[in-house]
Amino acid sequence: MVVAKPGLDGHDRGAKVVARALRDAGFEVIYTGLWQTPEQIAETAVQEDADAVGLSCHSGAHLTLFPEVVAALRARGADDVVLFGGGIIFGDDVGALEADGFERLFPPGTPLDEITGWLRTRLDGRAA
Amino acid sequence: MTEDRHRTFSGIDLAPVYDAEDLAGFDPARDLGAPGAFPMTRGVYPTMYRDKLWTMRQFAGFGSPAQTNARYRYLLEHGQTGLSVAFDLPTLMGRDSDDPFSRGEVGRCGVAVDSAADMDALFDAIPLGGVTTSMTINGPAPILFAFYLAAAERQGVAWRDLGGTLQTDIFKEYIAQKEWLFPPRPHLRLIGDLMAFCAAEVPRFHPISVSGYHIREAGSTAVQELAFTLADGLAYVELGMRRGLEVDAFAPRLSFFFNAHIDLFEEIAKYRAARRIWARWLRDRYGATDERSWRLRFHAQTAGCSLTAEQPDNNVVRTTVEALAAVLGGAQSLHTNSLDEVLALPTDRAVRIALRTQQVIAYETGVPDVIDPLGGSYLVESLTDRVEAEAEALIAELEAMGDGSVLDGVLAGVETGFQQARIADAAFEEQRRFDAGELVRVGVTRFVDDDALPLDLLEIPITTETAKVADVVAHRSTRDPAAADAALDGLEVAARAPDVNLIEPLISCARAGCTEGEIVRRLQGVFGTFDEIVRL
Repeated sequence: MVVAKPGLDGHDRGAKVVARALRDAGFEVIYTGLWQTPEQIAETAVQEDADAVGLSCHSGAHLTLFPEVVAALRARGADDVVLFGGGIIFGDDVGALEADGFERLFPPGTPLDEITGWLRTRLDGRAA
Repeated sequence: MTEDRHRTFSGIDLAPVYDAEDLAGFDPARDLGAPGAFPMTRGVYPTMYRDKLWTMRQFAGFGSPAQTNARYRYLLEHGQTGLSVAFDLPTLMGRDSDDPFSRGEVGRCGVAVDSAADMDALFDAIPLGGVTTSMTINGPAPILFAFYLAAAERQGVAWRDLGGTLQTDIFKEYIAQKEWLFPPRPHLRLIGDLMAFCAAEVPRFHPISVSGYHIREAGSTAVQELAFTLADGLAYVELGMRRGLEVDAFAPRLSFFFNAHIDLFEEIAKYRAARRIWARWLRDRYGATDERSWRLRFHAQTAGCSLTAEQPDNNVVRTTVEALAAVLGGAQSLHTNSLDEVLALPTDRAVRIALRTQQVIAYETGVPDVIDPLGGSYLVESLTDRVEAEAEALIAELEAMGDGSVLDGVLAGVETGFQQARIADAAFEEQRRFDAGELVRVGVTRFVDDDALPLDLLEIPITTETAKVADVVAHRSTRDPAAADAALDGLEVAARAPDVNLIEPLISCARAGCTEGEIVRRLQGVFGTFDEIVRL
């Protein structure tokens, strides 16, 4: 799976902790590093044949950037990638992003087992 | 509850009680000294808060320069004593509001400043000779400072009368905050230029605030925050000396910025150890003879990462304890976070509570009446020694990486991701301790409520961005294009000559109405950019 930081936001603490937890849980994880455009993230996901893409944003630009990643994935025919996210995302923004296809948005402080467990269940049955 | 919990937030083992045996070898004359005297453990001034309380400096900025100007006037009217500018992410990253990469970010985390004209609007009707201004600006610090100097000039204020602080610290950008524009070495050239220019032309300004706040927010321990920050500070001392400056000519203008986290005694020990380490290195290693060079003066901000979106009213309590740590630790200025800052930029009401928190500590509790009130405490002296020893060991590791130079060691570390990897390890360990129940967040990991009360949050409408984009486009079309091009050409020529100080050419760009993005693109054409090595 791909863990990505879209836009200019440099808060990478959460993305790196989650990426490491996913790796320790047995997933193959690509962490993109900072300052990715939506196109770059979609391209990485397609090239790596990712089952899931997790986006992290702490700057407040998630309503602009997250839907652009969805559009870039769809433009590349990647319709079945499981999308999740995290960061400073609360209230109405959660519903808006869910409507865009994000299945889970994990707030700060989410236990790591909750994230890895959900992904394991969600991806269960897919080809390894 | 396991025995394991009897550790500090950063993982230092704690005894059930501390007594005289824990202070075997403790020598008050050597280890403490008097307040304001070497090794400065008790505080950097002889009279501390009896003479002057800390500066209450709330970090603020959002939306357009005019909106933020209104917030500054509000804060000054309510008794705030200094300004602190929060810039938006595009400004911090060297991009104009109409840059494609700025979409969704303009005015969101701070105020959008594209040119010196925006700086004029930001400080409209606030005489710059009468306030001190702290600017949290790092990669583009010399550029935004040039805008500020141009704005002062247009207000008719002499540069010699300007007071304040630039954050500037680029090492902590590579280490933690991740906002840089160029590779480390060109950034260090610009910082050296700024130090030399300020020493000569803007002597009341502090050109560098060496910052541990972001290192801690990125997940470091207290010891790592202290060691990496002090090592960065020592590296700037070596940088200045390599530029031929006398250490006592610039060291008194270096200041520091630390986190005020939730573990009360560990934080107090951290500040006391910081002063002692700095004083000893400056006097004994770098030969500083001016006592002002030995004084580690610091701003503190309460820990954003300790706040919770759940039951946000509890954040007022956390912030109060953290602010108390900063005051008991002898801070020179303080920002208290607002209860809603984990969710959004703060509302006026939330900012007022945060400021009032400082005022209650200052004027009601009696805490400021006695200098270093915990000095001599078995626990606090033991913890101070422990934190100091562990930080010194980590500084020694960096020094060894630089073959005896802290500057070269810090540079080698940031270029290879050494500090970044240590912090990522600590962040992962902290989350593991929360997940294991060893660390607790009230309202999140225990004592959870389902009936959360909604907060009124500050909303930054998207119209702010569209208006600012139109504004910068209009700005470019109304200035003298030949003058702007000539200033940018002059900057580029200067940048290609390795020994020219770049601050004057930057001021010329500011006067000519060049935008930040234009200036940064020109400099990147000469200096290049930088990609970090990430170790998960």
